[in-house]
Amino acid sequence: MSLIKYESPIREPLVDGKKTYGQVTEDICHTIEAKPGRLWYIGFSISVAFLLFGVYSVYREVVYGIGQWNVNRTINWGWDITNFVWWVGIGHAGTLISAILLLFRQGWRTGVNRAAEAMTIFAVMCAGQFPIFHMGRVWVAFFTLPYPNTRGPLWPNYNSPLMWDVFAISTYFTVSLLFWYSGLIPDLATVRDRAKTKFRKYFYGITAFGWTGSTKHWQRHESLSLVLAGLSTPLVLSVHTIVSFDFATSVIPGWHTTIFPPYFVAGAIFSGFAMVQTLMLVSRKVMNLQDYITLGHIEAMNKVIVLTGSIVGIAYLTELFMAWYSMVRYEQDIFFKYRIAGAYGWSYWLMMTCNVISPQLFWFRKLRRNVLFTFIMSIVVNIGMWFERFVIIVTSLYRDYLPSSWSVYYRPTIWEVGFYIGTFGLFFTCYFLFSKYFPVIAIAEIKHVLKTTGESFKNDMVALDSMDTEKFYHETHHDDHHEGTVTVTHH
Amino acid sequence: MAVKKFVVGCFEDEKVLFPAVSKVRKAGYKIHDIYTPFPVHGLDHAMGLRETSLHTAGFIFGLTGTTTAVSFMTWSFTKDWPVNIGGKPNFALPAWIPITFELTVLMAAVGMVLTFCYLCQLAPFIKKHHFHARATDDLFVMVIECTAKTNEDEVKNFLGQAGAQEINTQIAEDGWWIGTYDKQQKLYKDQVIA
Repeated sequence: MSLIKYESPIREPLVDGKKTYGQVTEDICHTIEAKPGRLWYIGFSISVAFLLFGVYSVYREVVYGIGQWNVNRTINWGWDITNFVWWVGIGHAGTLISAILLLFRQGWRTGVNRAAEAMTIFAVMCAGQFPIFHMGRVWVAFFTLPYPNTRGPLWPNYNSPLMWDVFAISTYFTVSLLFWYSGLIPDLATVRDRAKTKFRKYFYGITAFGWTGSTKHWQRHESLSLVLAGLSTPLVLSVHTIVSFDFATSVIPGWHTTIFPPYFVAGAIFSGFAMVQTLMLVSRKVMNLQDYITLGHIEAMNKVIVLTGSIVGIAYLTELFMAWYSMVRYEQDIFFKYRIAGAYGWSYWLMMTCNVISPQLFWFRKLRRNVLFTFIMSIVVNIGMWFERFVIIVTSLYRDYLPSSWSVYYRPTIWEVGFYIGTFGLFFTCYFLFSKYFPVIAIAEIKHVLKTTGESFKNDMVALDSMDTEKFYHETHHDDHHEGTVTVTHH
Repeated sequence: MAVKKFVVGCFEDEKVLFPAVSKVRKAGYKIHDIYTPFPVHGLDHAMGLRETSLHTAGFIFGLTGTTTAVSFMTWSFTKDWPVNIGGKPNFALPAWIPITFELTVLMAAVGMVLTFCYLCQLAPFIKKHHFHARATDDLFVMVIECTAKTNEDEVKNFLGQAGAQEINTQIAEDGWWIGTYDKQQKLYKDQVIA
């Protein structure tokens, strides 16, 4: 095994500037050790205010019942389930970056994976609230768990997609949390070992679990990360697949389609990357991390956005085609009378514009590397993806099989909207605390790739490039036969 | 867990560290451990450590999850309380795949992380001796264990020639104890077991 990992000099550096290991630590720990700026306090206060409004909205719903919302017998899944699917979808990008891109050996993930994984966890926390409070009688939410009860025991219905959801979301949350935290341990130890204040020594001492950086521990840590990535990859695909089963296994026109699992997963990654962009573009500016989250990272994520956005676009068109091709009256009516036209036609076209048409601008390199444009697009995409879920849920429901049950218009109440605002509060409160108290970039992982992909080390690769194969092998592979080890001499 | 005497040498560059590791091993010194700020690939092999079998543990935990899910759903739906759900079969294996899969992943992940923490002795409120504060920052800290026969100065000289920057001797507990890091690090100087 050679210790030099060859990196083409043509590839953009992943870490800009002349950095040493010590400088990397300094740059990333700086935000933890400095007092937060005024912007942080303003943002944090707004988030907490939103959260409190959400808590009050939920309080109303729990005390007075589901009638606090405007969902009705026809449109029984309104904003609530829309928000649920939207938040779960956002979570998917974090796992995609941390797990799937790890397996694909995409070096650029190291700059963004920590914050993206944190985003996953916070988004899943927000998502989980919606189905739980949608139950109405939230105090019996534990009925979903298979425990020996006094009602028989009557077991939950394992054949039900809603039951699968309980398992999928809770597993997803647990595994994401473990993956994120196991990656955090060495970095928390870094913060601990340079801590000056009593609080930091105490807090990071506890959270770093006594990590020392032992070679054996690193070896196990690498193995753990790889297996957790391997487990998370099918897991993340399964989660949104199962969420789509909530719809696809029903017999509601517009939901009853086999295309849903891949379509939902692509949409989830699409919206998740948009949210990562929103957070990263602000974080890198405020925390001065432009050397670690470079324009190259932003461009890479924009490429994922244009790819998944196009997959979603094809799924929309396929749905329309299949509705026509199926020759089922109900399917055809839902799509051609009530979805692309009718009372909610505006939401369909808003979705089409935001998700399919506008991301196509990312085919231009200039726009992919434009920070302001990316920021605006990231918000446009998330609005579009919220409307996608709204379109799927509401336009399929508002025309029931019985014309007498047709619901002409559904408008959320302030408490329904408040619940959604509250989850924004929860999400951003968590994110603000995370960005203040935790290393937002995986320090150890950056150090690991620094000498191959850092800007100042790229020159070494030019020297390697000019060697022929014989010479390269001779220079870099000094087999030490007595020890069975391989070492490198550097020139 | 024991209190031992160690010679500690710090390296600034992994390119110096690797030849040093093989020199130290060839000279017959016992490397207690090397503390690094990030996973240095190949260092475990250079030190002669065996491969970890943590992934095997993960596989076993995963299998436990699969069996638990399938057997529990089978028992509760066919034996304990068979409910007629729309005339569908009680033993509905295809419909149980999602839950079986989720439980497999859950048990594999949770089991592996717990095993990892157990093996590396990681937990909140656990405290260990740290040979150098910059071992988690930018230094590669090689720790050599002294035995009764070890000549300390010889080891120090040897490390210096191998390229170590900061070299010192430390007498320390090699295991863990309960404590927090805001308290001063306790060095055991009274009893040396060597």
